[in-house]
Amino acid sequence: MNSTFQIVVCGSIVPDPLQTLEPAASAAGPALKNEMMLPAVLDPWAGHALFEAANLAKSLPGTKVWLVSLGPKAKLQQVMMTVAQKVPFELVAIDGSASGFTDATETAIALAEAIATIPGLDKTKLLVFGGWESASRGAGATLQIVGERLGIVDQFQGVDQLTVNADGSLEILERIEGGKHQISKCAGAPALLGWATGNLPEPKNNPQVGMINMRTVMPALQKAKPVKLAGEGLSFASVALPKQLRETKIVKDQSADAIAKEIVEWIRK
Amino acid sequence: METILVLAHPETDGTLAKPAREALHAAAALHKSLAGSNLVVGLIGENVQPAANSIAASPATKYFGVTGTDFSQSRYATDAAAVEAIFQTAQATLVVAPATSRWARVLPGVAQRLGGRADTHVTGVAVTDGKISISRWYYRQRMEGALTRTQRPWFIGIDPGSHTPCDCGAGTAAVQMVPVAISDSHRRTTVAGLREPKADAQTIRPDAQLLFVTGAGWTKKQTDGQTHVPEAEKLILGFLKKSRASLGSSKSLVDLSGEGQTVLPFLSHLNQIGQTGATPRHAKGLSTCCHGEEPHTVGWRFIGERRAISLDPACGWARGKTDILYVADAFAVISKVNELLSEGGNT
Repeated sequence: MNSTFQIVVCGSIVPDPLQTLEPAASAAGPALKNEMMLPAVLDPWAGHALFEAANLAKSLPGTKVWLVSLGPKAKLQQVMMTVAQKVPFELVAIDGSASGFTDATETAIALAEAIATIPGLDKTKLLVFGGWESASRGAGATLQIVGERLGIVDQFQGVDQLTVNADGSLEILERIEGGKHQISKCAGAPALLGWATGNLPEPKNNPQVGMINMRTVMPALQKAKPVKLAGEGLSFASVALPKQLRETKIVKDQSADAIAKEIVEWIRK
Repeated sequence: METILVLAHPETDGTLAKPAREALHAAAALHKSLAGSNLVVGLIGENVQPAANSIAASPATKYFGVTGTDFSQSRYATDAAAVEAIFQTAQATLVVAPATSRWARVLPGVAQRLGGRADTHVTGVAVTDGKISISRWYYRQRMEGALTRTQRPWFIGIDPGSHTPCDCGAGTAAVQMVPVAISDSHRRTTVAGLREPKADAQTIRPDAQLLFVTGAGWTKKQTDGQTHVPEAEKLILGFLKKSRASLGSSKSLVDLSGEGQTVLPFLSHLNQIGQTGATPRHAKGLSTCCHGEEPHTVGWRFIGERRAISLDPACGWARGKTDILYVADAFAVISKVNELLSEGGNT
């Protein structure tokens, strides 16, 4: 196999999923309470995309991976200290809001512009990766818009598997309804893949990889271009936590037989 | 004046699936609330006439179709071209579509192509003082926002299960065919087929009444100090077979199987609900061996009646998230449930 690709992974940061989140009003619209204080992680599905990209690059010598990340510079730096130890990549940082309440189109425009200006990028070899949805906005829309702006019309979402054939063509498994996968064959790059979970575990931290990555991460953060996501035309009437609270009946000291009978009656009702 | 275009694609048997009817219902309600608006339908597929006929009595005034073998495939390039062509012909300002995998792949890109905006996973659409607003969830279903937009066209993807399906009534619809020029550049991708578990091994059933959620407790040491994974597998699969429930799982349990451990091999990330999983909608949910604390329970947000079985009376479910918490051993209860279901026949 002699295919080589240029893989650009789009991935931002989100609050650690184990944190309790509360909405708060800000001058710029809705935000999270203590947003800048919340510990952040690389968006989980974008993380899978990054690990899949690195794995592909490892198997195809000459393939290179970039991570294009839009977030507040200080938070990006914190997260990159960990992410940079996982797999080799070159960071392209964009300094802006990573809030879930920003507009997908404005985010996508900033990402597409950053990708288009990567020096030496060859669109005939380009694979754009990312998570199929973020854990913040959860729109599942940003990547498609990035693809459109870059002129990529071979797009796939909910990807769990990518196989590169000897001729450079791609075989892709996408999640569809009912626990099924659609199998698609694509002639090759350029293509865009929004990853779901994939098949790879999170790589262990490798300090050597971290040291190599940090040579480019810090300069990339220093020259991160600021972007303002103004939310043009978008206005939130409300953002709130669900108020639904159930009156829970706790059933103790009942035999398994009695509980089973009750459950079966309930199921059949 | 708004022109509302409802997009749908027929299934392989030519029918319109429930999510398409839900989107039509949402769009029809929007049309009713917006004075002077038009409602039109766009259908894309190999043959769309039977699908159009099945909703011929809907309030839509026009039906547009893009047909042919190129459009039988769920593929970005051809679907985008077809949506663009229908949109231009219909002169739409609002596009409402079910957030199926096919439409979710393509609609945000087409909105961009047409200079508009797209909002997905929409669970509510309303009109107040002539202004359209939508509701959707943020941060993995942890908070709900209501928003409006001034941009047009506005593409709205309706989350399946969030609306009542329309019961529009059948008839004969006059479908205006819209020509779309397709070249080889649109055919770089071909759909080679589907991969799915065998019918008796399929554990994800979106149309099931009941969601059965398994937590990591099934693989932990039980009261005798031993794990009972083969027994857990037998009980869970037995329950699914007899109840015809859909299977969901906590992340922790799915991750165990993903790490190569021989635990509950029928579970995959596709079963995962919650933070990085699916948010299925079912009338009832039964959780077993799941510790139920936020944020892991977010996958339950859209389940109607909820019951849970746990040995821990202080678990998250005991704090207002389930209707009934049975403090009991799930192995013993589910074993008996399976017996009872066998005695009385399948549900």
